[in-house]
Amino acid sequence: MQMQQANGLINKAKGRPPRTAGSLREAIIRRLLGAAAACSLLFLALIVIFLCLEGLPAFQHLPISEFFLGMDWYPTSEPAEFGIFPLIAGSAVVTLLASALAIPLGVMTAVWLTEIAPSSLRRICKPFIELLAAIPSVVIGLFGMVVIAPILQNYFGADTGLNLLNAGLMLAFMSVPTICSVSEDSLYAVPPALREASLALGATRWQTTWRVVLPAAFSGIGTACMLGMSRSIGETMVVLMVAGGAGIIPISIFDPVRPMPAAIAAEIAEAPFQGEHYYVLFAIGIVLFAFTMLFNIIAQHITENNKRVAD
Amino acid sequence: MSGTTLNSSGLNTFEAKHSRSGKRMLTEKVMFMLLRLAAVVNIAALLIVVGFIFWNGLPALSWEFLTEPPRKAMTAGGIWPCIVGTALLALGSLMVAFPLGVASAVYLNEYAGRSPFTRYIRLAVNNLAGVPSIVFGLFGMSFFVIYCGLGISLLSGVLTLAVLILPMIISTSEEALRQVPRSYREASFALGAAQSQTIARVVLPAALPGMLTGAILSLARAAGETAVIMFTAVVYFSTSTLDSPLSPVMALPNHIYVLATSGTDIAKTLPMQYSASLVLLFLVLGMNIVAIIVRDRLQKNRAR
Repeated sequence: MQMQQANGLINKAKGRPPRTAGSLREAIIRRLLGAAAACSLLFLALIVIFLCLEGLPAFQHLPISEFFLGMDWYPTSEPAEFGIFPLIAGSAVVTLLASALAIPLGVMTAVWLTEIAPSSLRRICKPFIELLAAIPSVVIGLFGMVVIAPILQNYFGADTGLNLLNAGLMLAFMSVPTICSVSEDSLYAVPPALREASLALGATRWQTTWRVVLPAAFSGIGTACMLGMSRSIGETMVVLMVAGGAGIIPISIFDPVRPMPAAIAAEIAEAPFQGEHYYVLFAIGIVLFAFTMLFNIIAQHITENNKRVAD
Repeated sequence: MSGTTLNSSGLNTFEAKHSRSGKRMLTEKVMFMLLRLAAVVNIAALLIVVGFIFWNGLPALSWEFLTEPPRKAMTAGGIWPCIVGTALLALGSLMVAFPLGVASAVYLNEYAGRSPFTRYIRLAVNNLAGVPSIVFGLFGMSFFVIYCGLGISLLSGVLTLAVLILPMIISTSEEALRQVPRSYREASFALGAAQSQTIARVVLPAALPGMLTGAILSLARAAGETAVIMFTAVVYFSTSTLDSPLSPVMALPNHIYVLATSGTDIAKTLPMQYSASLVLLFLVLGMNIVAIIVRDRLQKNRAR
């Protein structure tokens, strides 16, 4: 490899590159790279600023309590009603249903991949899980519409196949890969010595997994669940296509719902620019952003606490 | 299962031990079976979705379908403009986000220590990765489309998608940089190279394959994304050919969505929906498979 000779200055500082005549150039490059890195910060700030700019004017006429607790979502009727409680309920129920399916499935698959599967089988199966994450959401939505919906309608007696259960099922399969791969990382991070000690005491592999490995990886699995839920609550196309779109509080799992992302996606194109409906949709965007932020912060908090313990 | 059974007679102890270990083995077998079942369910889900789209999409797929524009209010003709639009959106966003992402990763991994500044950047990257795509769509619409005055256009879509994939590129690039052994850098420093020279000629070439894996995955993500481009870049139907970055485009995911939910004749266009999904799946899964193969090779080389 071709290396440029440095300018003879010997730097005694350990582990630092020698200062050369180009040290001004180095400083400039460092600043430029720092500026590039700051872009992420800038973009996040811009997202928050523009959501607030377009969303907060909604509360000029609409009391916050009415916005959050209002039971009626009739954005286009006269006078319009902007109560998003049914939408929040829709999002919450869909996310909970999806997580109830995806968390056991994802964690169990991760345990199988790390603890039980022979390495040859693992190398074949892991790409499949990754490819599951790669399927575009619109294709999963289409699948839910043309395959799952008729099944729910014909065999389970649902009034409409596009409902809570359908959306929950589809979202579950979208969040399984996230949950699985994050759990897998935390299971890998469990020191082999713990497993060996448990096996040496005469525990079976299952007992070792259940009582030693899983508790040791508990916080990582918690992070995985949070990230999976964050993915479910923010996913748009699937709930737009298969959740049914009715702004009611669901009573049975066969009821159609209208989660927050679906409401935004379905209505923003028709809402008059900077009209009240438009502002309210951005305000829903703020709520959605806050929810996913909350899940992510909890996830990061768990990870950081765990790091401190490990150190 | 827990606790020790106390037995007075030796024979009983022996039997108890055996039945207990038998029970233990049975539990283990049942649990392992359940775990295997979970993995099988996931793999089956993938195969069913992909298989279904292939089975139904293949018959309607033809050369004409791929190379012609849609006709008769999208009930006939092909999807060529959508393929072009999706390719431009995905490649464009990668061209914006890749240099920026790699530069950020180099800064975070090679230059920055543990200052509050880098902590905030990492926090921002993590949170940016968790922002829902519909929120990116709202942001792109209010910022790029309206505030910057770019209108509903290819450029708006490219820039919004670039923000979406940026955190993904940063984290995969950082991972690739972390895999470069310290000794490479030390050897370069020892030869008198400056830090920027070391990074440009030693560290980046060594990390490049890993970064490319991340780039391919981001490309696939951008190609499959719908909610982001819906209000920033896409029109349902455009007859005009794409003449500037400021004109709107058609895109595959959005095309599928429109055909499936609000087309003029949904049942009639079903074969077209399947075929368009097949093309999209083929593109996205193909890129992912390439990325997986590249990564696999890398790991093998490293193990050697």
